[in-house]
Amino acid sequence: MDHSHGVPGAVQVGIGLLYLVATLMNIGFALYQNQVTKDKLQGMIWNFVAAVFGIHAVAYLAQSGWPIFPWLEQFINWIMGPTVYFVLACLAFGKFIIFRKHFTTPHVAWAWLMFALWFSGQAMTNPNFKEIITKPDNVPIVLLVFSVGFLTWLAMRKAVINDERIARGEPPMEKLGEDKVLVWPDLVYTELIAMIICTVILIVWAIVLKAPLEQPASSAKIPNPSKAPWYFLGLQEMLVYYDPWMAGVVLPTFIVKGLIALPYIDFNLKGNGYYTFKERAFAVTTFLFGFIVLWCVLIVLGTFLRGPNWNFFGPFELWDPHKNVPLNNINLSDYFWLMGFGEAIEGKHWLIREAPGLMVVFVYLVVLPPIIAKTVMRTFFIRMGFVRFMLLVTLIQFMACLPIKMVLRWVFNLKYIVFIPEYFFNI
Amino acid sequence: MSIGDYIRNSQIWKSIFRHPAPRDRRNRVVVMLTNVFLHLHPVSVRKSGIELSFTWCMGGITFFLFLVETVTGVLLMFYYRPTLEHAYNDILSLRDVTTLGILRELHRWGAHAMVITIWLHMYRVFLTGSYKPPREFNWGVGVILLVLTLLLSFTGYLLPWDQLAIWAITVGSNMARATPFLGNEGPGAKALVIGGVELIHSGSDARFLLLGARFVGEATLLRFYVLHCVALPLAAALLIAVHFWRIRKDGGISGAL
Ligand code: HEM
Repeated sequence: MDHSHGVPGAVQVGIGLLYLVATLMNIGFALYQNQVTKDKLQGMIWNFVAAVFGIHAVAYLAQSGWPIFPWLEQFINWIMGPTVYFVLACLAFGKFIIFRKHFTTPHVAWAWLMFALWFSGQAMTNPNFKEIITKPDNVPIVLLVFSVGFLTWLAMRKAVINDERIARGEPPMEKLGEDKVLVWPDLVYTELIAMIICTVILIVWAIVLKAPLEQPASSAKIPNPSKAPWYFLGLQEMLVYYDPWMAGVVLPTFIVKGLIALPYIDFNLKGNGYYTFKERAFAVTTFLFGFIVLWCVLIVLGTFLRGPNWNFFGPFELWDPHKNVPLNNINLSDYFWLMGFGEAIEGKHWLIREAPGLMVVFVYLVVLPPIIAKTVMRTFFIRMGFVRFMLLVTLIQFMACLPIKMVLRWVFNLKYIVFIPEYFFNI
Repeated sequence: MSIGDYIRNSQIWKSIFRHPAPRDRRNRVVVMLTNVFLHLHPVSVRKSGIELSFTWCMGGITFFLFLVETVTGVLLMFYYRPTLEHAYNDILSLRDVTTLGILRELHRWGAHAMVITIWLHMYRVFLTGSYKPPREFNWGVGVILLVLTLLLSFTGYLLPWDQLAIWAITVGSNMARATPFLGNEGPGAKALVIGGVELIHSGSDARFLLLGARFVGEATLLRFYVLHCVALPLAAALLIAVHFWRIRKDGGISGAL
């Protein structure tokens, strides 16, 4: 008998439990709104949401949940591509930074969390989505997404509150806890409890999910796609836009060097030891963009949305190894000589052939920084001094070279800015 | 006298802990000073610094997970031999034969979790501006710890010697081949020629150094095993010691001045 409209029974139970948890969370939140903030309207809204989740929970636990709406599934698959995905992530990031006060209000953040939980449950009814998400090695990424989301909210919320306090001439909240407490018992007990909780979580996780073990290693059977461990998938995603020497060596080294250099570049002495946004807007925005958009968002892309041949697949799409994606990317030298001058590029010495691309790189790395120093970042330059400023600009340029190449690829089908295969020097 | 008090006043107890139970203020101070493990901590701390919503406890959890990895890792070493002949089968029997067969799971999920918690720890340190003077150096120590943690995870990934393992490591280590000047497919390597002899080729480049061969094979397994079980953990332990020492010397967990 098939009561389940095609959603397998075990999956229904899982989704039902998720919705049950959401129901309880909303009842708790409604209680908080009623009792603590005394906001009756909010209390009503979240009780209503709890009821909606409750109905979902009952339906799925009773094995009569529905699959995700087909139109939603198809629409998302159809609209998704690396471009849309990344641009949406950037827009969402920008909106969050600008409207941080709005987004960190508890009930707004709560609404987004609830939407995410609802959507996760719905998405799990799709077999393709479920299969990728529940691979044991991919589970940590779900953990990463939710914990980064939650902690970003928490940090921004504290920053917004502190910024308002500072604007009123009051010290940040952290200042209020100036008095000292004894480590025993205040800290050691927190640590003990944290250790116990972590142990329990880890043991449950280990019992529920088996560590994966595939067929014995064989150098003959190459899996498609071949993926690096998940924490490196942001780097692997960069391989779409840059050759291994850039994506796998130069850019990662710059990430490490940049991180180490960061405390010596950031000359702003404010915001030391408390959460704030306004006092360090530039530093926080840059770091958040790097960590959230260029690191976490790309890991999610590389893990969940890249299938065979590293082709892009929508979240509900079957990973079809025969999916054919036409690749007609063109080098800058082709654009310049072939389309610009109608000359053949064959037979030209590489130095001449690639002169336009080398020029572009030279201008970007050497000519641009002084111009920036004289114009948009003039105050930075004056305050930081030459060495610090150049370090900062170079690091930001290397960070920016990924999004820049992405845009060039999407808009102009640009393959390489510099293409010197003779020396493996492609940019 | 209750049994608890009897134990705490016995000669054995006092010989181990050197002071009565930490019930009053004096002994709560003494316990921190006389115990080598607790001595990692100061006696008293700023209240705001240890608030859960301030540190998220992520540094501490990372350290805890490091300890979990050490213990489970040592246990796993009893069962695992890093050779082509045994590696895969040893992992199989860890699943199928060994009693309490969640050792591998604890170790693997603990490692994944540690990668996440170390990122979150760094994220918190950044967002509270705790890398600012006088903590610049400790931030740098942290970054090296981050690299070591990722390398530990990466080298461990190969050891089960299944399809997942060798291809993930192949994808990852292929990057080394493209290192500028030091990889045989890296820009500039072709220029390193002395008297017609190429200095950098597939048998002498950065990838070869990493793998111990031209491809991921038995030599690689041994290399990664030694790095994973000995070299990297020792380096990490050393740096964690420096990290904790510096937290104390830099004035404890940061706070608004
Ligand atoms: C194995 C890895 C690591 C361990 C075990 C570790 C452990 C800790 C612990 C227990 C603290 C005390 C405060 C807290 O828990 O937040 C701390 C503070 C600190 N950590 Fe780490 N950490 C690690 C990696 C890192 C990384 C990757 C960074 C940065 C890139 C970093 C930078 C710092 C700094 C600057 C402090 C002082 C923060 C303050 O005073 O508020 N650590 N670390």
